[in-house]
Amino acid sequence: MRAFADLLERLAFTPQRNGKIAHLTQFFAATPDPERGLALAALTGDLGLKAVTPSLLRGLVAQKVDADLFAISYDFVGDLAETIALIWPPATSHTPTTLPDLVAELQQSPKSALPGLIAMRLDAMLPNERYAYLKLATGGLRVGLSARLARMAVAEFGALQVEEVEEIWHGLTPPYTDLFAWATGGPKPTSAAHAPFRPVMLSTATDLAALQSLPAADYTAEWKWDGIRVQATNDHGTRKLYSRTGEDISNAFPDLLAALNFDGTIDGELLVKRGDHIAPFGDLQKRLGRRTVSRKMLDSHPAHLRAYDLLVWQGADLRALPHTDRRSALDAAIATINHPQIDLSPLLPFQTWDDLATLRSAPPSDVIEGVMIKRRDSPYLAGRMKGPWFKWKRDPMVIDAVLLYAQRGHGKRSGFYSDFTFGVWDNGALVPVGKAYFGFTDAELKSLDRFVRNNTTETFGPVRALKPLQVVEVAFEGLNRSPRHKSGVAMRFPRISRIRDDKLAGDADQLQTLRDMLPD
Amino acid sequence: MTPAQTTAATLLQTRPEGLYCPMGDFYIDPTRPVQRALITHGHADHARAGHGAVMATAQTLDIMAIRYGADFTQSRQPAAGPQQIGDVAVSFHPAGHILGSAQIAISHKSIGTAVVTGDYSRSPNPACAPFEPVPCDILVTEATFALPVFRHPDPGDEIARLLASVAAFPDRAHLIGTYALGKAQRLIMLLRAAGWDAPIYIHGALQKLCDYHVTQGIPLGDLRAATITRGQKRDFAGQIVLAPPSAFAATWAQRFPDPVICFASGWMQVRARARQRGVELPLVISDHVDWPDLTRTITELNPAETWVTHGREDAIIRWCALQGRTARPLRLLGYEEEET
Repeated sequence: MRAFADLLERLAFTPQRNGKIAHLTQFFAATPDPERGLALAALTGDLGLKAVTPSLLRGLVAQKVDADLFAISYDFVGDLAETIALIWPPATSHTPTTLPDLVAELQQSPKSALPGLIAMRLDAMLPNERYAYLKLATGGLRVGLSARLARMAVAEFGALQVEEVEEIWHGLTPPYTDLFAWATGGPKPTSAAHAPFRPVMLSTATDLAALQSLPAADYTAEWKWDGIRVQATNDHGTRKLYSRTGEDISNAFPDLLAALNFDGTIDGELLVKRGDHIAPFGDLQKRLGRRTVSRKMLDSHPAHLRAYDLLVWQGADLRALPHTDRRSALDAAIATINHPQIDLSPLLPFQTWDDLATLRSAPPSDVIEGVMIKRRDSPYLAGRMKGPWFKWKRDPMVIDAVLLYAQRGHGKRSGFYSDFTFGVWDNGALVPVGKAYFGFTDAELKSLDRFVRNNTTETFGPVRALKPLQVVEVAFEGLNRSPRHKSGVAMRFPRISRIRDDKLAGDADQLQTLRDMLPD
Repeated sequence: MTPAQTTAATLLQTRPEGLYCPMGDFYIDPTRPVQRALITHGHADHARAGHGAVMATAQTLDIMAIRYGADFTQSRQPAAGPQQIGDVAVSFHPAGHILGSAQIAISHKSIGTAVVTGDYSRSPNPACAPFEPVPCDILVTEATFALPVFRHPDPGDEIARLLASVAAFPDRAHLIGTYALGKAQRLIMLLRAAGWDAPIYIHGALQKLCDYHVTQGIPLGDLRAATITRGQKRDFAGQIVLAPPSAFAATWAQRFPDPVICFASGWMQVRARARQRGVELPLVISDHVDWPDLTRTITELNPAETWVTHGREDAIIRWCALQGRTARPLRLLGYEEEET
């Protein structure tokens, strides 16, 4: 338990992804089975403990500590589990416990016995163990560890390809003993799951100059839709919808799951579609990340699958076939499925790259973010390799904005002000419209850092308010309406694309200019 | 006011300048310039320049001279043994907080004794003399960490966590934020005690105070300036570097590629505090009494009244009430919690 508590603490204070992975790989190397696998499941939220309620914990601590003293302390600390972990009377004797034992007894204990069990364990633990134990029991570890990051850490630990780990992930269950056996030189686990996730083939960015050296006749092109890339599968009646990193998002899309009346695996784009109209990404976002979805939401934001590729059809794995053969099979499959919520991503007619450039410059929908280009003979391969698939995105939207606040970065950028909040004009005042922390070169970072230090008006902890002087060009991939932001808009992937020392703050854009860029 | 408080108030009062003894006409740790000040220890919020006369331990006077220049006061009065000031007898007793730190006892034969703790700690600190319990009728105590959530861990365990991290990330420098006076030297002593014999790199702001500790017989081992010579690259990989927290916001920190940011403070007990500062490795090392030591001190000394000077008074006042003890907050302003 001590090792898990220490890991949890380090993860909680390590914002950088690589730092988190380093902590995890070191933990995996130093911790035996089944503890490391249970820890992994606890961190990714896959442990499935019945949650201990906050009121149970409040009841426990009320028996140990004066109510006023607890209230004053909780007010200062701000987190229930942490307050209890710190305020609990110290252990008279520290009994080492193991994560597997603690998990097992929490799973097996009847509800009525939980308070006694938890109190007994807290009595014999160190404060950071108590914290980890309470977070475990309440199911709220919240250390910012996605399942994706966990898989990357396992891959790093075992020197495996992350795509290979993703492929078998859904067939695995805690404590992942077979996974760790594989990572330490044993055999690769065979995926026992029905409807397994299959690693997605990804594209690399390109532009017209790079394309000109390639024979256009060897490639197909289609629109790149601004939804989320998914894999829809029906394996002998088991239906699944996966994101491109292998997250199971089936629960959020029961309407689309019901439409998967086939036996096979389709690669496509998940969109919200009303009649013939594809809705902007913001509408799809409302349906993401939900465990359940209301009837009303199903009616107002209906899910749709636009098919790009066919990986498996009626038991046959098509991935090794050339793209054109898979595409023919896909055409036939979609015709057979014949469902209004599933359609084909049409191929674009072009002879030369300049033809394609013309098409790209005037897409028929706002929800198209460029074109996808695929070599006709390409098999379906896992991961992102240079070619044979390319994305040629539409030019980003840009505005000129004024830097308003700056915050110091972490890791390699600690010591540098690298995270910026920028704003545009609205009725004569600057309103914040977004944050950006990349897009600039190292040299530009140094010059921005110098600007921040010389033009600070106020500091709030790690944040500095700036004189509104520095104009930057901000590039972004799209714009959504957002009631949560004061400006009413939220940018996607904003980054600082140019430093505009040639412009004065008064030359920066108006908020109305941004509003005019919103999709219908 | 109860009669007891009325009597006690003739010994000590609060004034805008700070805690005042009318019978001796002096202030203790005043936050504004006064004619005569008695100073508990050298931290900047307690020891300020510009008083007419300053009585303090010889080490505190030295430290004030190092920080403010030799002319920080018109008259230095080293505290040596009990002394009569006006109608009261005054004596200084070790507080265990930092080098030179003292509690100040003020006695009047008919009223009794008040002890002003200043900042104090009862956990062993090789860089200063240990806290001495002084029997008293009025205990005037600090309350920086006076919440039952503050139970400072064994500092040796915190150093072990630091050294484990240094071993786990040999390519990164560990950059520790630490107050320049007291905490820095204690950290160095703890590292030496844990077997870290390698050079420890220090920010320029720590140099003079470290040198002074060495002259006072506190060995700190091989200390080196964390400087880079022009044209010479070095990244301090695998090294431990100490600096005041303010240096993290300065361009000074840019010389370390991808450092592990650590911070040594009692506040690091609370996660939100650590996150707020962007700390990657919080080290809970404090020079103040924690809750168990504070309540133990009150119980042991068993004063008729407990006055709380600065910090979090609510919880300790509540605790005293539960124990049937008389206690009141003084709500003195001007003592910062930031750098403790």
